[in-house]
Amino acid sequence: MRITQGCFSFLPDLTDDQISTQVEYCLRKGWAIGVEYSYDPHPRNIYWDMWGNPMFDLKDAKGVMIELADCRRAHGQAYIRINAFDATRAVESVTMSFIVNRPDNEGTIRLSRQEVDGRSIRYTHTYG
Amino acid sequence: MDDSAPKTVDLRAEYENSGVREVLEELDREMIGLAPVKQRIRETAALLLVEKARKSLGLSHETPTLHMSFTGNPGTGKTTVALKMAGLLHRLGYVRKGHLVSVTRDDLVGQYIGHTAPKTKDVLKKAMGGVLFIDEAYYLYRPDNERDYGQEAIEILLQIMENNRDDLVVILAGYADRMDKFFESNPGFRSRIAHHIDFPDYADTELHRIATHMLDEQSYILTEGAKAALTDYIALRRGQPHFANARSIRNALDRARLRQANRLFSANAGPLDARALSTIEESDIRASRVFKGGLDGERTGDKP
Repeated sequence: MRITQGCFSFLPDLTDDQISTQVEYCLRKGWAIGVEYSYDPHPRNIYWDMWGNPMFDLKDAKGVMIELADCRRAHGQAYIRINAFDATRAVESVTMSFIVNRPDNEGTIRLSRQEVDGRSIRYTHTYG
Repeated sequence: MDDSAPKTVDLRAEYENSGVREVLEELDREMIGLAPVKQRIRETAALLLVEKARKSLGLSHETPTLHMSFTGNPGTGKTTVALKMAGLLHRLGYVRKGHLVSVTRDDLVGQYIGHTAPKTKDVLKKAMGGVLFIDEAYYLYRPDNERDYGQEAIEILLQIMENNRDDLVVILAGYADRMDKFFESNPGFRSRIAHHIDFPDYADTELHRIATHMLDEQSYILTEGAKAALTDYIALRRGQPHFANARSIRNALDRARLRQANRLFSANAGPLDARALSTIEESDIRASRVFKGGLDGERTGDKP
């Protein structure tokens, strides 16, 4: 099933040009860009692995596209996402995040139920 | 379908609209002397303008090679002109952002194995969309030291210079003779550099004008005697070691201002008006040890 996490996830896959445009938007806003990858897209897995350090001081999207190309070469079957970090005071958090690479075969997220205290149900997701 | 594609191009109009004229006029105004450099830049601007026109008519679509090499002695304006070049290229649409990243060998080469590649890549990522200015480029290659990682940086640079011509323009700078030797041992660089521009030393009169210009900007004025002293100073300083053209002049003016400040302070002659605070006297310049034979003269002379 198609994982729908982050911005634009309900749209078809972004082309490299479209990713560049989005990165340019983030750079215009003065946000730092970080590239992350993961093989586990479970909704509760918030911390993905970082590919290199977050990039501050970039003026052009090409620098990010180079890193993205390297990450795709190394982890072609992982989910790769681009995070934009807003460092202004009182924000200091990721302000935009979108998936830019998906594996050829995406797994499925299933709902699992657990009965507790008699007939009460606790719900959770499993990814497989 | 393609009726909207232009059939003719007005070069003059393009020249006006793109803002190139402002950059060239600014160059003429702010940089004194450097006649061959200005001429070369005007020629390059014309070439790039025509290339842009040809592209709009569909005649050519390959990015021209824009990498350059600036050779000349220190203080001749290489970094300043590189900055102007970045602005020019941006106005003509050849670089996307037009910022200048100025580096030397230490910013590119690492100290241990595996350090160089990420360091160079980081600098290149920052410079993408603009101009990378590498000062004293020949230090990248140190053939005598086998544990030197400069070669790795050179290879990364060469690859980027060839494959990312749309994204980045590289300008190398340094002394003319050492750059020649560098190009000889790295023919890859020489074949990728399209424009070699040489920065001649300033003439004495040009240095005088530069000095006056610097003082004007800081609202200082020279007396007639001071002007004559400055002419003598420049003639003498040129013959002494480590002469760095405009930079030496700037340092000399800073020292003259120091002496002026001390003179005003020690004289303690009551309230001073703006004119008194802005005037540099002949004595402020004549006190320089350049007139006594420079550093060498001082050491062998009778000063303690």
